Amino acid sequence: MSFSKTVEITETSADTRRITVTVNGTPRVVEVEPRLLLVHLLREGLALRGTHIGCDTTNCGACTVLHDGNPIKSCTMLAVQADGHEITTVEGLGTPSELDPVQEGFHREHGLQCGFCTPGMMMAARALLDREPDPSEEDVRWALSGNLCRCTGYQNIVKAVLWAADKQRGAQPAEEDAR
Amino acid sequence: MYPAKFAYEAPRSIQELLDLLARHGDDAKVLAGGQSLVPMLKLRFAAPELVVDINGVPGLDHLTEDPDGTLRVGALCRHVTLERSALLAAEYPVMAAAAPLVADPMVRSRGTMVGSICHADPQGDWASVLMALGGHIVAMGPRGKRPIAMTDFVVGPFQNALQPGEFAYEAVVPPPVGQRTGTYLKLERRVGDFATVGVAVSLEHSGGRVVRAGIALTGVGPATINAADAADVLVGKPLSEETVEQAARLAAEAAQPQADHRGSVEYKRHVVATFVRRGLARGEVVAA
Ligand SMILES: Cc1cc2nc3c(=O)[nH]c(=O)nc-3n(C[C@H](O)[C@H](O)[C@H](O)COP(=O)(O)OP(=O)(O)OC[C@H]3O[C@@H](n4cnc5c(N)ncnc54)[C@H](O)[C@@H]3O)c2cc1C
Ligand code: FES
Ligand code: FES
Repeated sequence: MSFSKTVEITETSADTRRITVTVNGTPRVVEVEPRLLLVHLLREGLALRGTHIGCDTTNCGACTVLHDGNPIKSCTMLAVQADGHEITTVEGLGTPSELDPVQEGFHREHGLQCGFCTPGMMMAARALLDREPDPSEEDVRWALSGNLCRCTGYQNIVKAVLWAADKQRGAQPAEEDAR
Repeated sequence: MYPAKFAYEAPRSIQELLDLLARHGDDAKVLAGGQSLVPMLKLRFAAPELVVDINGVPGLDHLTEDPDGTLRVGALCRHVTLERSALLAAEYPVMAAAAPLVADPMVRSRGTMVGSICHADPQGDWASVLMALGGHIVAMGPRGKRPIAMTDFVVGPFQNALQPGEFAYEAVVPPPVGQRTGTYLKLERRVGDFATVGVAVSLEHSGGRVVRAGIALTGVGPATINAADAADVLVGKPLSEETVEQAARLAAEAAQPQADHRGSVEYKRHVVATFVRRGLARGEVVAA
């Protein structure tokens, strides 16, 4: 599969490189210009628009994806650097019929309002739970400290992640608060 | 934002890396964690002809201690590795204190200590830490390796002492001459921000006296500041209220802060003095 057409970012045909990136479990072969950012490959080249661009200056975390399981800002990595690596985006987290516990937690605990920060939040949360299945509230706040939310005040986001942790461990998730 | 066009190479060995740097000299930029370089490329503050991505070069991600107690931090050792290191938590209090305060979790996944020091941002935290610890950078070039003391490595804002054709191979902390204490204190407006003021305080104690001391300051000058006079008054005697006060005053004098949105000159100097006092209060050896 080649996405050179959609991936090209200028009209002049520049030197491109062929890379293989495993995105959400599927190897994708694409032609990219070295200056193409990973977030643009994902959104424009691969039409995975769940990954958002908030600030474009490495500050907000809306573009967070997993790179070999580690949370990174995809606006601050070149797409060529993903060659040979595994990228997980929010589209790889779960399916509508089988949500990831993190997604379920955001749903149950009202972890979002406008939803713009949510994909990045969920990817950072997934990375935390993969490493630390039983995080404290402090651990959750720390792990999400690079993700900005302009709406929620964070309280319900933290609850959502703690809910997901409980669910994932098979513990009874704490019942929802009266809202 | 798109960076300007550049050529890209991802060498697979140190030799390939050195060959590329030798061939391209100043036109090439090393890409380590990319957490400073990629933003600069996007803003077009940097527009190199060639980006040399070292992430695929084996043998650069080490975090090891030699039998004599020398610590070596490779060019690809990431902030997160330092943050989670049991060795640092046990034996390197200044580094262990600093690691979680650098940037945010996603930046720490990628960014490197050596890259941060090479970037020579006056607000970079690691340069102060390595300076207070009396460390050095090992540069590697066509003629092999050479050490550059941290006190000589930063030659100005965003300027380091590497020659064209060289890259920074590792950061080195010398073995302690006594029991190590100290910490890194950082005032930031919000979590993940660059320092308004950062202070690294490193002490080594033996026989009830301070036998080595280092104090370095982040964010209060055109480059990382080595507050050597402040550190010197501590050496050769036990910590006392008097020496602590002298060190706090000398460190505040060594600071060259600028007033900006993060605070006034007086405020920043005041924070330097306060952090030196606090850092030294944590510098006591428990049950000495
Ligand atoms: C939102 C945000 C917040 C941040 N907050 C902080 C903070 O609070 N404190 C802090 O200290 N830093 C902070 N940083 C910077 C971060 O720590 C970077 O990781 C670090 O400054 C650069 O390391 P890097 O490995 O990412 O280097 P890169 O970005 O890859 O490179 C930076 C520069 O150093 C050169 N370079 C890198 N490695 C080498 C090498 N081995 N040999 C020769 N040259 C080399 C590059 O050519 C480039 O000029 C922040 C960054 C962001 C985006
Ligand atoms: S868009 Fe990448 S950090 Fe904001
Ligand atoms: S829900 Fe709107 S930014 Fe977080």
